[in-house]
Amino acid sequence: MARLVVLGGGVSGHTAATFAAKWLGSSHEVVVVTPNAKWNWIPSNIWVGVGLMSKEEVTFDLASVYAKAGITYKQAKAVSINPEGGSSSDKPFVSIEYTLESREGDVEDVEYDYLINATGPKLNFAATPGLGDENGLGEHTVSVCTADHAVHASQELKKCIQKMKNGERQKFLIGTGHGLCTCQGAAFEYIFNIEHELKKAGVRDMADIKWISNESFLGDFGVGGLHMKAMGFAVSSRIFAESLFAERDVDWIIGAHVSKVEAGSVDYELLDGSVGKESFDFSMLIPPFAGVGIKAYSKDGEDITAELFAPNGFIKVDANYSAGAYENWKASDWPATYQNPTYTNIFACGIAFAPPHPISKPMSSPSGTPINPTPPRTGMPSGIMGKTVAHSICDRILKGEDAPLHRASMAEMGAACVASAGKGIFDGTAAAMTIYPVVPDFDKYPGTGRDTDYTFGEIGLAGHWIKHILHHLFMYKAQLKPGWTLIPE
Amino acid sequence: MSKYSEKNIKAYGNNFTTMTPGPVAKFLRTCVIYQFIRFIVINLKMLVVVKKSH
Repeated sequence: MARLVVLGGGVSGHTAATFAAKWLGSSHEVVVVTPNAKWNWIPSNIWVGVGLMSKEEVTFDLASVYAKAGITYKQAKAVSINPEGGSSSDKPFVSIEYTLESREGDVEDVEYDYLINATGPKLNFAATPGLGDENGLGEHTVSVCTADHAVHASQELKKCIQKMKNGERQKFLIGTGHGLCTCQGAAFEYIFNIEHELKKAGVRDMADIKWISNESFLGDFGVGGLHMKAMGFAVSSRIFAESLFAERDVDWIIGAHVSKVEAGSVDYELLDGSVGKESFDFSMLIPPFAGVGIKAYSKDGEDITAELFAPNGFIKVDANYSAGAYENWKASDWPATYQNPTYTNIFACGIAFAPPHPISKPMSSPSGTPINPTPPRTGMPSGIMGKTVAHSICDRILKGEDAPLHRASMAEMGAACVASAGKGIFDGTAAAMTIYPVVPDFDKYPGTGRDTDYTFGEIGLAGHWIKHILHHLFMYKAQLKPGWTLIPE
Repeated sequence: MSKYSEKNIKAYGNNFTTMTPGPVAKFLRTCVIYQFIRFIVINLKMLVVVKKSH
């Protein structure tokens, strides 16, 4: 009997674990180690953050779902990986610390035959002074990164709306809270949901709304922007995004590294080296992501964290980490199998794998502060990666250690995303986009780096409907309800 | 007096060089019949992208 241990129960880890449990059956064991009791459909946190959905609508308890799937569930966080085993055994193991209330603080070593690291990110609020406390519920700003954060954001938004109804003008500042943030899309969606809700509440004229981001141009989204066909042109996402901002009277600051957050204001540095201060009454700034801080030890107890993990805390996989300067970058630098090159029974997927380099062109201010988005690995790609890695491991368990690995490079896969503004069936507008491939391949598609037949975007109610469908489909799929395998990642 | 779609453009401001939707584009975004057709088209396009990614 082989044991597969999956660290993390988010989109990628949950997908990997559930498919592995289905394919392996009861003759092998799948263990999920995740510190959270609930699964969260993170894209819908945006709607929670403006009060259009409750926390309960975007989460469900993992325990019953894993019991149904025959998955061993340990509500705990991984502390370290010992890929060579320890003093008493050669069997590799992970040390975990329980977060389950009844066992809080208990530690356990869980042996594995195969390991998937799908921990997702540590929300690194501490990277920017004043951005947030250790829970992410900042003193001065809000976040929509977790369902709890989004509930808090919604409560703060309500207070602002009430102030505006009382005649007090409010300033909203939404975007990224550090020069190396990712997830610009979530902030982008949130700012337009706020704008829409303020309109609905009849207080839009009492609000000044501003975007602040580390993107070098609006519409970069951490993927270097994209081109989509419209009216016979290949239109840059910059035009697409700027049009949305202009239409809704939202101003912007781009190429910004937020260096400090205080009550009611942020300090920032721009790509041209200038510095500034921006005031706010309500601010949602996405924190940068880092690895969750798992350590690694060799058989004799030596710290080998730097061997297994990149300096940013994400695990090394089959990527080309020596590509060097931007001019040398190739689509083929991106990993395809997500297998660790040193310990071949360790895989990583979703945000947990170390990308070889950014997707957006790297930039820095004259003082050397790097200001560019880090690559997104969330949503559809992370689900596909999870399923692919599970497929590879199941093949190796069931067919033998020489079974070929499955591939899912972000340079060969596309992604569909929908950014809503409002939630109504007949009001509001949403931008529906696809991008193919996620990582541009300038050899295959010179110029734009992408296939413009499959990279497109448009604004309208259809996007809303798709967003609703995606919400219900993925909540359904994640709960392993009948036919769940038919729903693509 | 500026037209509705141009009211937020500020001379030589951040948004001076971008495009803004006119009344037809805005109408089509919320026209249920047109959007239903687009819904089908976008879904089909997305399914192709999903298929190419697996």
